[in-house]
Amino acid sequence: MIWSVSWRNVWRSKVRSAVIIIAIALGIFAGVFTWAFYYGMVDQRLETAIKTEVSHIQLHNPKYMVNPDMINFIPNIQEVKTKIEQLPSVSAVSCRTVQNALITSAETGSGLRIVGINPEEEQKITDIYTKVIDGTYLTGIKRNPILIGEKLAEKLNVKVRSKVVVIMQQMDGTMTKGSFRIAGIYKTTNSMYDEMNAFIRVEDLRNLTHFEASAGHEIAILLKNNQDVESTLADLKTEFPDLDVKSWREISPEVSLVEETMDISMYFILIIILFALGFGIINTMLMAILERVKELGMLMAVGMNRRRVFSMIVLETVFLTLTGGVLGILLGYAAALIFMRTGIDLSAFSEAYERMGYDPVIYPVLKLNIAVKVTILVIITGLLAAIYPAVKALHLKPAEALRIDM
Amino acid sequence: MKIIDIKNLEKIYNDSEVKVHAVNGVNLSFEKGEFAAIVGPSGSGKTTLLNLLGGLDKPSGGEIIIDNTSVGTLKSSRLIDFRLHNIGFVFQAYNLIPVLTVKENVEFIMLLQGKSKKERDARTKELLEAVGLIDRIDSRPAKLSGGQQQRVAVARALASKPKFILADEPTANLDSKTTENLLEIMEKLNREEQVTFIFSTHDARVVKKAKRVITIEDGKIISDERRN
Repeated sequence: MIWSVSWRNVWRSKVRSAVIIIAIALGIFAGVFTWAFYYGMVDQRLETAIKTEVSHIQLHNPKYMVNPDMINFIPNIQEVKTKIEQLPSVSAVSCRTVQNALITSAETGSGLRIVGINPEEEQKITDIYTKVIDGTYLTGIKRNPILIGEKLAEKLNVKVRSKVVVIMQQMDGTMTKGSFRIAGIYKTTNSMYDEMNAFIRVEDLRNLTHFEASAGHEIAILLKNNQDVESTLADLKTEFPDLDVKSWREISPEVSLVEETMDISMYFILIIILFALGFGIINTMLMAILERVKELGMLMAVGMNRRRVFSMIVLETVFLTLTGGVLGILLGYAAALIFMRTGIDLSAFSEAYERMGYDPVIYPVLKLNIAVKVTILVIITGLLAAIYPAVKALHLKPAEALRIDM
Repeated sequence: MKIIDIKNLEKIYNDSEVKVHAVNGVNLSFEKGEFAAIVGPSGSGKTTLLNLLGGLDKPSGGEIIIDNTSVGTLKSSRLIDFRLHNIGFVFQAYNLIPVLTVKENVEFIMLLQGKSKKERDARTKELLEAVGLIDRIDSRPAKLSGGQQQRVAVARALASKPKFILADEPTANLDSKTTENLLEIMEKLNREEQVTFIFSTHDARVVKKAKRVITIEDGKIISDERRN
């Protein structure tokens, strides 16, 4: 019955309870929605990082990681690729030849990373082909087509079918240049990436630099499942001890850092919100106890022991807090559900977002663990906020409490 | 059979600069089934004596022995448990729990005692029939009159099957007719349940019904009259 009494006590002063419940609900709503928003933002960034930029795992010549020079290649790259394709967790593999270069238009020039790819193979790994906003994905132009990012196109002031010159090092160390025609312009959510990466056919790069046909600089691997990264990474390290094998976390540590620290940041925000709400809850409970001094005195007089009085006040506080908490979680989920479909358009700040690699339209992501974590935090807040009022109630002396005129 | 034995009881309040001797060398005893009133003017020490008897206050001196237990020596937690099983309380302001129904108010103490649902239901029904409120079993206290609330309070006090009931000015807030009705119910329960009732009162209607009238003044017993 103590549970029932505590629950009913919450609703004694409906207005007062409603005020604090609404305050808790709004605080929790803000926390839950922000959490879902950041999950969405980070998930989108992860998706972009894996599907557009780095894939799940990459292999390089260890020297290439120290000095990304053309001569630090992986020999017999096709043999390595064939072995990797046999792993059950692997979805697709792509071999790339990569060279730092200078690209110039009639107006200006820019440094960038030229990636020599097999377009059919690369389409199974990255979704750059879906990001082409003008022109084609290295088709339609017979000789030396190039795919560049929108940001670079703007910088060079070029458009589809414009001519650009790419200057890079040959295998013998001397410089060479090639004339390319823009087949397409792509745009990802990462403007830095768009500015720094251009794609050409691998055979065009070989012709220009006399690079060995059997070699390459980078093997990108897409897995069937995100959860298989660590186990596949271990398998590859064992299989290819002479190669440098890295997961996306090591290649893009900034994305990994955001993912790993997001939960900590959200806990921090929620704890601040709940800490502030805690004082409101304490105040409400102290008022509730002050109003019921006589009744508490009576309960102690007739034989309700201290443990039960304490439990009653704690339960009452937890019920009050939990009601607001659950309401806030539901509101947060409802808002997240709405914005999961429509997205939250932050185009007004798109430049800043895109430079950091984030999509300016964020689709919040709902995860069950948000509700579980928030509920646990709310209960802890309720328990902590209950201590002071409950101790205050325990200090009442029945004879004195019963004498008080309410 | 003697159930309460008070020996040389004293209560001194030191709160202010002047010491107040609220109870001063009281010697009293109560038998099972008594219907006694403690009377006296305001400030005479009636309520203090009742609080000491109920273990709600610690005596400054002397001893209260209830059913062979010296109440003054009990630790706080044991004292609460002792009250739960031995003493019933009726208060001037009824002090029912407003969020509970009449039934729940009566059975609350039995829940604290750990009695089974079957036992609780039977006792609650029995007591509410005795106080004439069985038809209001599911009402909340706010829906009852003052007299009805006090009848529920009497039923609650008896629910735990206590050895005695302490009633502090139980009729102070009631009109004559309601007081008469309440006193008749308490007399009947005193007879049927053989439970001792001790009132603190200055209500002449209560004094008239009492079988024993103890008069207290300045913390001392000045008369102890038994009636047949």
